[in-house]
Amino acid sequence: MNIRTTATLMEPDQIRRAVKRIAHEIVERNRGVDGLIVVGIRRRGVPLAERIAGYLEQIEGQSVPTGILDITLYRDDFQTITSAPKVGRTEINDDIHERVVILVDDVLYTGRTVRAALDELIDFGRPGRIQLAVLVDRGHREIPIKADYVGKNVPTNEGEIVEVHLEEVDGCDEVILAEKPA
Amino acid sequence: MNSLNRKHLLGLEGWNADEINTVLDSAVSFKEVSERSVKKVPALRGKTIVNLFFENSTRTRISFELAEKRLSADTVNFSASTSSVKKGESLRDTVENIEAMKIDMIVIRHSSAGAPFFLSQIVDASVINAGDGQHEHPTQGLLDIFTLREKWGALAGRKVVIVGDVKHSRVARSNIHGLVALDAEVVLCGPPTLMPVGIESLGVKVETNLPRALEGADAVNVLRIQLERQRAGLLPSLDEYARVWGIDNRALQYTSPDCIVMHPGPMNRGVEIAQDVADGDRAVILEQVTNGLAVRMAVLYLIGGAEMARDDETTETSGGQVNARPKTQEAA
Amino acid sequence: MSSQSQKLSALSDSEYIIGNVTVVDPGKDHVMPGYVGVRDGRIAFVGKGSVPGDAQLAVYDGEGLCLAPGFVDIHVHLREPGYEYKETIATGCRAAVAGGFTSVACMPNTDPCTDERSVVEFILKRARVAGLAKVYPIAAATRGRQGEVLSEYFELRDAGAVAVSDDGFPVATAAMVRRVLEYATAAGLPLIEHCEDISATGSGFVNEGYHATRLGMRGAPSYSETLCLARDIIVMESVPGARLHAAHIAAATSVEQLRRAKDKAMAVTAETAPHYLCLTDADLGAYNTNLRINPPIGTGADRDALIAALCDGTIDCIASDHAPHAPQEKDVEFDHAPPGSVGLETTLALVITHLVRPGHLSLARAISLISNRPAKCIGIDAGSLDEGAAADLTLFDPEAEWTVRADNLCSRSKNSAFIGKTVNGRTRYTIVDGTLVMGAKQVAGSV
Repeated sequence: MNIRTTATLMEPDQIRRAVKRIAHEIVERNRGVDGLIVVGIRRRGVPLAERIAGYLEQIEGQSVPTGILDITLYRDDFQTITSAPKVGRTEINDDIHERVVILVDDVLYTGRTVRAALDELIDFGRPGRIQLAVLVDRGHREIPIKADYVGKNVPTNEGEIVEVHLEEVDGCDEVILAEKPA
Repeated sequence: MNSLNRKHLLGLEGWNADEINTVLDSAVSFKEVSERSVKKVPALRGKTIVNLFFENSTRTRISFELAEKRLSADTVNFSASTSSVKKGESLRDTVENIEAMKIDMIVIRHSSAGAPFFLSQIVDASVINAGDGQHEHPTQGLLDIFTLREKWGALAGRKVVIVGDVKHSRVARSNIHGLVALDAEVVLCGPPTLMPVGIESLGVKVETNLPRALEGADAVNVLRIQLERQRAGLLPSLDEYARVWGIDNRALQYTSPDCIVMHPGPMNRGVEIAQDVADGDRAVILEQVTNGLAVRMAVLYLIGGAEMARDDETTETSGGQVNARPKTQEAA
Repeated sequence: MSSQSQKLSALSDSEYIIGNVTVVDPGKDHVMPGYVGVRDGRIAFVGKGSVPGDAQLAVYDGEGLCLAPGFVDIHVHLREPGYEYKETIATGCRAAVAGGFTSVACMPNTDPCTDERSVVEFILKRARVAGLAKVYPIAAATRGRQGEVLSEYFELRDAGAVAVSDDGFPVATAAMVRRVLEYATAAGLPLIEHCEDISATGSGFVNEGYHATRLGMRGAPSYSETLCLARDIIVMESVPGARLHAAHIAAATSVEQLRRAKDKAMAVTAETAPHYLCLTDADLGAYNTNLRINPPIGTGADRDALIAALCDGTIDCIASDHAPHAPQEKDVEFDHAPPGSVGLETTLALVITHLVRPGHLSLARAISLISNRPAKCIGIDAGSLDEGAAADLTLFDPEAEWTVRADNLCSRSKNSAFIGKTVNGRTRYTIVDGTLVMGAKQVAGSV
């Protein structure tokens, strides 16, 4: 799909600072990192989760486990899409019972992805708490979901696209705003 | 394009490597689901699947039923011990009656080759072949290949030997189609009276001598020998079969050191497979069962998981099926 | 062309000339533009070129069609008595004349089977009432076709039977074949043998080979037919004067046996059916039950051998083995479907499309395979344009292209192996004993 970039919302340095700040906020709100597990939502939530966990370890000197959540099987749009999308692996190797799960995604938009992630997470066990960290919140929620930690709030129109590119996946760090093709 | 472009799974004939790998890749994820404490995902919620089993089969039916339930589908079981033709109701009528209750998929096992194909021509639902006569048992083929792939990664160039009653085996036929599509080397071994005419044209070698067949084998898939074959005059005795073609430790000496032993079950211990081989550490028979569940979940998910655009001009033939093309692909 | 020529669809005279036709005379092996004169149900004369201006008889316009002797099909299942839901003598005869066949010989596997005089008389009566094609009953070789007791050949012959057969089954044992041949020879009747060695066939129902293996269906080896044929030929050598006609030959190996028998000048004749000349077991892939036939359709090599055998005379004629089955019987899983395809209405088209057009046979030779030659095999007086012969005529358009569909078949059952196929060659008018029984769009006669 050819999209036309109209603006760069975040440069690499801005992303770095935002993620570091989120890590600090997590430590502050949870009074440390005991019992935390940082779970990234596939696809780009995963490297973000890794980065956050890395910062948490730097700040508190304690390693924090991470996990990967693939929400394909929990999507709510099976009735409208036309073919079953490919499923990736979910990897949550630690027991989440009674733990604080930091769910991480790149962009928070309608909220449906997070809804699916919550349903799946709860099928793994009963977490003590779930907190949501996103790099970009672009508004236009269709479900009552709110992020606990936000890298940047970006007001957008429905015809616009917000894309997060990360070094680990795309080869560079940036957040861009673009227009959908007509 | 990652997903399958097929409305039915009637057999592995005509499936290419990409399609097979798509199913197996998905099966990896589904295997993980069965390791969770809540072994259920909502992917097929609201879908109705009918298991139409005209042949007795406990294990395959249970495997499909569990797969369906773990995908949150509603399942209905219809077991008939003989073809409904004999009871007076034709297969067409039986199925049309069931379909009138608005179902999404039919999983059918039937003693007549071509019965799933026949169904696919008369129903709107997706049809999954759980074994039709001596024709194909595609989910068994897929799970066998999945088991091999788990061991080796790629199958290209690996030597797989299928031993036993190939003539009457739908498992063998499905395995052959899939393995050849993935560039494995396939050798068939068994008594000549149980080897079907013309099978070499499927891209396999035939060898009657077991040690020669097993030389350097990376995997042996052992087929069940049924008592009826002896009664039908195709074999002198099960004892002789066991001595000449039975897979025991002596036979396994000829294979490669990491060779694995598979069996579709149920086993006749002491006939086609020796007791100690069945329980030995080369045998992956129980893994096959676990994999069977994951593979069936993958198949049901990929074929039934979304509304396929129903194209009135689709044509189905038994080899190389062409199916409804989805009208649009969702953006990934 | 005389200006007074009338439309053939309105034919009502007992004396007339049909002009503006290409006369195809298989007996004389020539094809020529000409005309045919009919008087009182018999052929009065056949002439070359245009109808002479001074012709005394009413002249009808043959529309430039080919005119041949009415076709003869010596292997047809009319199903009545007993299986009227599949076909009746009337509907079967209607299908026959629609296909250009004015004479058909019907097989005895009815219920009751044709092993008694009363059944032969019943069949002849029903055929007369229908008033369409002429029917020649074939009697059962053994009572009930069970292979144990001879039926009464002399009674049956006197009632009108022209041959004996247990078709559907082979004559059960070698011992029985010997007795059948001896007794039939005494009564002057040929044996028509359904060549199959049941023990070799086993439970197979498609041709044994790669396709049967691929489709997971039980194969029957093609030598099953050859074994039975060889048995009968050998036994025949001990019965002087015996006449054997091999039905529906499908295998190349059987052709070899027939060639050897003919080289020894034995009284062996043979037929094959159109489906063996244009289909092969590769066509089974769609599990189309109309292709389930006994003997099973063979390989491309079998097909080629059969065509060559028709060309060199090793196989004498073509017979459709018209085998109607009701839709609910065929609309089932392949291995539960009864074997057989209807064929009366497609034989001409298949002969033209697969033998004449590809250049294997001339039109006259091809027409002889469905007229005078089959008639000779069972010794009936048909398939001839000689003066004095019965005026059984078929007018057909060899170029007419049409697609076989259930709704353009007249037979009661529509189980044709050729549904959907586009072919060339269609009968337009059929005349029996000088009377038009099928003309353009309508079929006359009572139902």
